[in-house]
This record gives sequence, C-alpha cells and structure tokens, in this order.
Amino acid sequence: MRTYKQYLFLFLIASTSTLSYAGEWSGFAGLEFRGFNQTAQDTRQDHDTNFSFVFEPEYFHEWDDGDQSIAFVPYVRVDENDNERTHFDIRELTYLKVAERWELRLGIRKVFWGVTEFQHLVDIINQTDLVENLDTEDKLGQPMMNLALINDWGTVDLFVMPYFRERNFPGTSGRLRSIPETRQDRSQFESAAKEKHIDLAARYTHYIGDWDIGLAHFYGTSREPRLLFSIDSGGNPFIIPFYDIINQTSVDIQTTKGNMLWKFEALHRSGQGTTYNALAGGFEYTFVGIMDTALDLGVLSEYHYDDRDELSMNIFEDDIAIGARLAFNDVQSSEALVGVVWDRDNGGKFFNIEASRRLGDSWLLELQGRFFFNQKRSDLAFFVSRDDYTELFLTYNF
Amino acid sequence: MKTILILPILLTLLLNTAYAETPEEKGLAIANEADKRDTGWTDQVANMSMLLKNKQGDSSVRVMQITTLEVPGDGDKSLITFDAPKDIKGTAFLSHTHSLTPDDQWLYLPALKRVKRISSSNKSGPFVGSEYAYEDLSSQEVEKYKYKWLRDETLNGRDSFVIERFPQYEHSGYTRQIVWLDKEMYQPLQLEFFDRKNSQLKTLEFLGYKQYLDQYWRPDSMQMTNHQNGKSTTLSWTDYKFKNGLSDRDFDKNTLKRAR
Repeated sequence: MRTYKQYLFLFLIASTSTLSYAGEWSGFAGLEFRGFNQTAQDTRQDHDTNFSFVFEPEYFHEWDDGDQSIAFVPYVRVDENDNERTHFDIRELTYLKVAERWELRLGIRKVFWGVTEFQHLVDIINQTDLVENLDTEDKLGQPMMNLALINDWGTVDLFVMPYFRERNFPGTSGRLRSIPETRQDRSQFESAAKEKHIDLAARYTHYIGDWDIGLAHFYGTSREPRLLFSIDSGGNPFIIPFYDIINQTSVDIQTTKGNMLWKFEALHRSGQGTTYNALAGGFEYTFVGIMDTALDLGVLSEYHYDDRDELSMNIFEDDIAIGARLAFNDVQSSEALVGVVWDRDNGGKFFNIEASRRLGDSWLLELQGRFFFNQKRSDLAFFVSRDDYTELFLTYNF
Repeated sequence: MKTILILPILLTLLLNTAYAETPEEKGLAIANEADKRDTGWTDQVANMSMLLKNKQGDSSVRVMQITTLEVPGDGDKSLITFDAPKDIKGTAFLSHTHSLTPDDQWLYLPALKRVKRISSSNKSGPFVGSEYAYEDLSSQEVEKYKYKWLRDETLNGRDSFVIERFPQYEHSGYTRQIVWLDKEMYQPLQLEFFDRKNSQLKTLEFLGYKQYLDQYWRPDSMQMTNHQNGKSTTLSWTDYKFKNGLSDRDFDKNTLKRAR
C-alpha cells in the first residue's frame, strides 16, 4: 500500500518536467519564537520556550495568455522541541485551465469557504494543520479535481477528493496538545477505504447587490475527528482520532451595508454521532479615520453555537466573541487585532492578540498572544489551559 | 431679400446672449467633452509602481498591475494585483465602481485563499499607506462632481482651463478640487485637493503624457505631494495596453481568486 508521501513523490516526479519551464519563484522564510508563561500539565512537555524555522517557496508559471498555469508551493517546518511539529507538506501543486464558462483545477490545493472571523465554521475542504497554530487557519494541501461552472446566475464548484488528509497533532513533548496525547498513528476510520474514501462536495456562490451568499454540501470523511479515549498495552491512556463519514449542508451569507458588515454561517451535519446544527453570526463595523487620523478602527462581535450535547470537538459551543481591529494605514502596513471569546456555559475565556508590521521592504514582524482563563475540566480548551503563550514571528519575503 | 439673410444672424446673436453660459455650465461642458474624448478604449492593462517618501527622505516601493474595464453608463471595473512589497504579493483588489453609490469591492488574501467583500464607503482612506486616497485612483465619472469654470490660464507653457469641482459623494474626503485641464489633450495637468476643513491638502502633478491609439492620452508619471505632512508619492506607469479583449468575466470573483 502506497502512503500519501509516496503518492506525493510520484506526483512531484511527474510534474518536474513542467518545472523546467521559465516561471517565477517567490515565498518566505521565517523564524518563530514562542514563550510559555507556565509549565505544562504533562511533565514530558518539558520546555517553556521554543524556536521554529519555516520555509515556503512558491513557484508559478502561466502560459496560453494566462489561461493555463501551474503552481507549486512546498512547505517545511523544523521545530526545536516537537517532532510532530517538524513536518513537510505540499500546500499547492495545481494545474489550472481557465475558459469563458468554466475553470478546471487538478492537483493539491487549499480552498476557503465562509465569512466569519473568530471561527471558520463552514470551511471544510482542507484538513487543519493543527501543529502550526490553534487558530485552525493553517491547512494541509488537499488533492482534488475541482470544476467551477460559471453562469450569470452564480458559480457552481464541484469537488472530487480522492485522498483524505489526517489531522496532525502535536507530539509527546509538544505544547498546546490534548492530555493525554492524541496519536495520529492510531487513527480509525468509519470507511473501510480509510483515507482512500472518495469525498465529494458541491458549492454554489453568487452575489446580488451587497449580498454575497454561499450554499454547500459535503459528503465524505469528516475533517474534524471524534476523540476517543483509549489505553495502550502499557496501561497508558491516549486519544484515538476517529474519522466518520458525514453529510454536511451549509450556508454562509454576508451583507455589506456601508461601514457595517453582517455575517452569518450555519451548518447541519449528520453521521458523526447525533445529527447536529451549528451557527456563527455577527457583525463588523469600521470607524474610518478615527480622531482625524488615517487610523481605521473596526469593532466586531460574533455569537457561535453548536447544539451537540456530548463533548464537542469544537470549542465554540455557546460562545460570544468580541474583538477590535486597528489598521494604521501607514507605510509599514501596521495592524493589530485583539479578541476575547467567552464561553457562556462554563465561563471560560480565551484572549487573543495579533499584530504585524513590515520592516524595510522585505521583512515582516508578527506578534501573537493567546491566553486561557478559567477553563473547566469539562471543556476541550482545558487541555491547553496552562499553555498561554506569546509568539514573535519574523519572516523574510521574496 | 436682405432681411431674410440678416434675420437668422440676428436670431443667433439674440439666442447667444440669452443662453450666455454660466461658469457652472461651462465647467460641466468641459468635463463632458473630456469624458467624451476619453471614451471607447474598452479596456486597459498597465503596470504601476509607487514610490512613497516621507519628510526624512525614507522611501518605500509598491508594485502592482492594474487592469480596467470601461463600463458605459456606470463606473469602471478594475482589478489591482500586488507584486511588492513581497509580504503582500498576490493580494488582489477587485472593484466595481459606481458614480454616487458605494462601489462593490472584494479583497483576495492569498495566504488564506480567502475572498472577502469589504466596505467601500471609505473612499477617502489612504491607498496602501500612500498619499493617494482610494477616490483619487478610482474612475473619474462626470457625475461624481459639480463643476465651475474659474478662468483660462497657462500652466508650464500649456493652455489650460482652470475648473473647480465639488465631490458629490457624501463620504468624500474633500470639500473641493481645482483642476488644470489641458486645452489640447483635455487631460488634467495638475489637481489641488482641499480637505474637509477646506484647507489645501495635496497637489497632484501629471507628467509625460503620451498618446495611445491616436486618441487616448496617458501620463507616464503622477506626483502627489501632501502639504500638511510633507510626504509624497510618485506613481510611474509602464506598459499601457488597450483593447485587450477583456470582458466582465475578467473582473469577477473567480478571476480575483486566481490573481497572481
């Protein structure tokens, strides 16, 4: 049986010939530092500081007047302490063909669905690259065939996904992981075809005036696993990720009224325990040029709800999120975002700070802070309740 | 028979007096003529680089490609794709502009592969940290302003109309602008901007006009100087191409998603 890595290798060989064409390279290399405020829950998570190096080059070549192109984006992270965080991925390796009424994409890529900010509820095509960041915005490249049919009445995207990417989890010594450890090598699948189950999805998107809408259905392997407690032969507890076959129907809507953006996402999912519904909705309002300066201040608030009774894989069960976004509109594109998510059920709070500023023409410095308060044992976030951290990430962009 | 010949001449003289053009009518007529002469280019592709300078002489560069589709009877559609600074390379900005109602605008963020509809009522904000506001760079439709011809004047050796214009968009950052419009090209040579307090804010100079397709005049460079903060931004345009056969399809959200 070939592994995903072997398939990747074959694909790489097959596409090397195309890479010999003239094209352009760009990308970034970065150094990340994380400092943790407290010692971890598990003594094997034996570090309070961590360095990590990342490299993401990007190759792009187009021909046929831009109607055909290939893109190749490998990604590598080398982590000081966590062997699972040290990893390689193909973020993108795609052939694209564009016609007047359709677009065809073959290969590995990333697709984003949705409108809300604090959680990307309906976004399901790609697996989360969880070792990267808790915010679930980093994704593993998903192999697919994607045909977009472009009509006056909207765009219909059809997806066939022949290979499922398992979620990765921090290793034994990694911070920001479950207690006990979640073991990717012990993954279980509902489908006998395991990761070779063919997943399917369809999405309709359109905009009418200031309304942007998306309707989607997904059938296949749930990107989000159920976490099952187990004991290994040595009597040590661990968690098994279990991947169900699910059906998920979703809607996402945004309406843009002047400086006010209204956002709404909802989904209905069956096949993963009891059938359930979840929604996320809220607004973002921007005060432009505050106090006669060039600064823009955005205030945003969202409500997130998930009607599962059992321990939800999702930390957003009945949560209110409030945030503020400051854009300096300066030469260095300085910006800052602060947010707090408050769990109405158990009073747990999660604080988040993100800021960035360009240094010179090619460097970018990003600051990130994540802090957990008052997390209860019953909540998924309890795992990381001693993993508050501050991160500095410096990248060189080329 | 003589009276028959003289009558039309007398009538013409009379009518001319009765319809003596007000400065407002003259201003609008000139704006309409400028608009008429710059109609029919269909679509345009060009590369633009921006040099941002502050008082201390520090500088920073932005490089982007701008494609524009002429939309008869409404504002133009445009797609801006950034190439530098490199941390925003691949970021793209799609705009369906309208004269008096807010534009439809979407932003593409390549790191997340996310298309985001953004608020466009803020036309007065700075464009990528430069001294240009969004409204300075969006398509110049006649209906966007009320006009008043002030005088004729020679600027840098060129005969020009000096016209005052008043933005009609309620969220504009300006009370008024004064434009020096070249009498031969019907293109602006200089623009002065007055802020919401009616004090002089910025001056924009258009340099190195060249004619394309024997009709359309485009500048090689546009220099914006902010008198209040001492900063300046110079735009340099290269590789103008017209009538590339672009259509609405080249300015939709699908195209935005694959901008590079």
